[in-house]
Amino acid sequence: MKHHLIFLSKQAIRMILLLVCVSIAAFFLVSLSPVDPLQANVGQAALGSMSQEQIAKLNAYWGVDQPPLERFLSWASDFFRGDMGISLLYRRPVSEVIAVKFANSIWLLAIAWVVSGVMGFCLGALAGMKQGTWVDKVIKGYSLVIASTPAFWLALVLLMIFAVWLKVLPVGLSVPIGMEAAGVTLADRIRHAVLPALTLSITGISNITLHTREKMIDIMESDYVLFARARGESNWSIFKNHGFRNVILPALTLQFASISEIFGGSVLVEEIFSYPGLGQAAVTAGIGSDVPLLLGITVISAAIVFGGNLAANILYGIVDPRIRKGGAGL
Amino acid sequence: MDKKKVILEIKNLSISFQQYDKGFGRTELDVIRDLNVTVHEGEMVAVVGSSGSGKSLLAHGILGILPYNGVIGGTILYDGGELTRKRKEQLRGNEIVLVPQSVAFLDPLMKIGPQIRKGKKDPESKEKLNRIFESYHLKQEVQELYPFELSGGMNRRVLVSTAMMGNPRLVIADEPTPGLHMKMVRRVMSHFRELADRGAGVLLITHDLEQALEVADRVAVFYAGTTVEDADVSDFAREETLRHPYSRALWRALPQNGFQFIGGTQPYVKDLPEGCPFGPRCEQFCEACRGEIPYRELRGGKVRCLCAE
Repeated sequence: MKHHLIFLSKQAIRMILLLVCVSIAAFFLVSLSPVDPLQANVGQAALGSMSQEQIAKLNAYWGVDQPPLERFLSWASDFFRGDMGISLLYRRPVSEVIAVKFANSIWLLAIAWVVSGVMGFCLGALAGMKQGTWVDKVIKGYSLVIASTPAFWLALVLLMIFAVWLKVLPVGLSVPIGMEAAGVTLADRIRHAVLPALTLSITGISNITLHTREKMIDIMESDYVLFARARGESNWSIFKNHGFRNVILPALTLQFASISEIFGGSVLVEEIFSYPGLGQAAVTAGIGSDVPLLLGITVISAAIVFGGNLAANILYGIVDPRIRKGGAGL
Repeated sequence: MDKKKVILEIKNLSISFQQYDKGFGRTELDVIRDLNVTVHEGEMVAVVGSSGSGKSLLAHGILGILPYNGVIGGTILYDGGELTRKRKEQLRGNEIVLVPQSVAFLDPLMKIGPQIRKGKKDPESKEKLNRIFESYHLKQEVQELYPFELSGGMNRRVLVSTAMMGNPRLVIADEPTPGLHMKMVRRVMSHFRELADRGAGVLLITHDLEQALEVADRVAVFYAGTTVEDADVSDFAREETLRHPYSRALWRALPQNGFQFIGGTQPYVKDLPEGCPFGPRCEQFCEACRGEIPYRELRGGKVRCLCAE
């Protein structure tokens, strides 16, 4: 029990350190960028009509003239207390904007994550078990083609096929245009999420398939599978008793590590489908010089990705008896 | 011994691998050629040869678990009938069992009990395993352990237990005692001796002649992919009763017989000499040794040498 606590506290410290580093890096990158805080806040026209005195007053009021370190500390201490500032573009607290966008994105991300994980695992395990056969060749070929296909291009192709030619799915957005929020049904939401989720799933599958396949081949060539075969176990029995058990561990790690990839992919895909999620908000914030929102999204994204990796580490310890019982490797 | 039934008869076995060379060339690598071994019921036969000479492949060939590019030739007769691929698949794990070298051959993530039962959960299998564990003085709790939790002493008994889950009539033990001290070796060997005494044929594949002589009934000497002599254990009492010059060299290399060694090394399968593979290291080498050397009967054993008499 004791080494579990040590493990968890170590991970917690790591997470805090990572978030601190990410926020420092993001903050100073933004302060080096050509974004002028004054101009971004009051607008070009208003700034032009102001006198030098007024500008100096505003600069002092917002703390633009302070050294970067002080500005960072004041932003970070507010952020720590839950005040992420006000979004310039949405004119609402950043935390609120992120909550709304995240609620939209989470559907997409979750569907893509589960579908690509399950499908990738099944295809990879199948290909690995049948290494060298036509089944393996087809799956491997598919994965390699998809792995080298850019997500945005695939999104455009799907858009053309399903939205433009077949007209079965909507072109974009997360709800029908011109409909009251109260009138939107779950079916509407799902219909709008299908294409972006499909794009993310298809691109996510190949990576997981190829890794799972590679691992499965290693397992099939291991001494313990050779011995299982010598003991008369059938292919199915070998998969059930040994293949699945041994491949699920690396697959789990991969699955949780893939959160970052799906998250990254969602930025492009949401942009193409005009899907109002976190990814699109990040792009909008970047283009629109909405610094508080951009910083907020950066830190939250880092936390989510790190959370995924942390979950993988913890699960590994639970699933692998060598770690669970031995306490080694932590 | 003569009255006992032959359980395994291997005639002119060859195992080769197809290898791709540079470009489109393909070569056949003959790892085992003209191997002959016979095992009777209740008999323990040791195949003795130096490490890395392809002895393990003999076990894999009998069980039908060679890699996909392995080609097997010759005849294997089991219980009077040819051991075809289909029969191998039916019999392995039940009548024909393998006892591997170490726990590395066990799945690290599967508990011992379920693993030995091959995942079966019926009361009959459970009952059988409980009885086997009892007979090997293994605590029932060991079934709940993972392979990495076993102690060195438990390892061997667990590995032997895997063989007992079937109804073994032929036990193949592949280097079952690597890196163990003599006391441990004796204990492991006694398990195999016990299996043989209960009526199973045991094929012990090892590099350790001394060990083999302690427990086995007969010894097949393996050199450069083939068997050069088939002798009763009692023939190893004196050098004169042995037939092949290589067996005699092995005998002289035993500590009690002077620890002598002969020059040269066992040839790699790719550059085997013509005729007798032992020719280049043999004192009695003559022109005729470059030709075909038959495996012939001699004084109750067999030998692959023209000069032996």
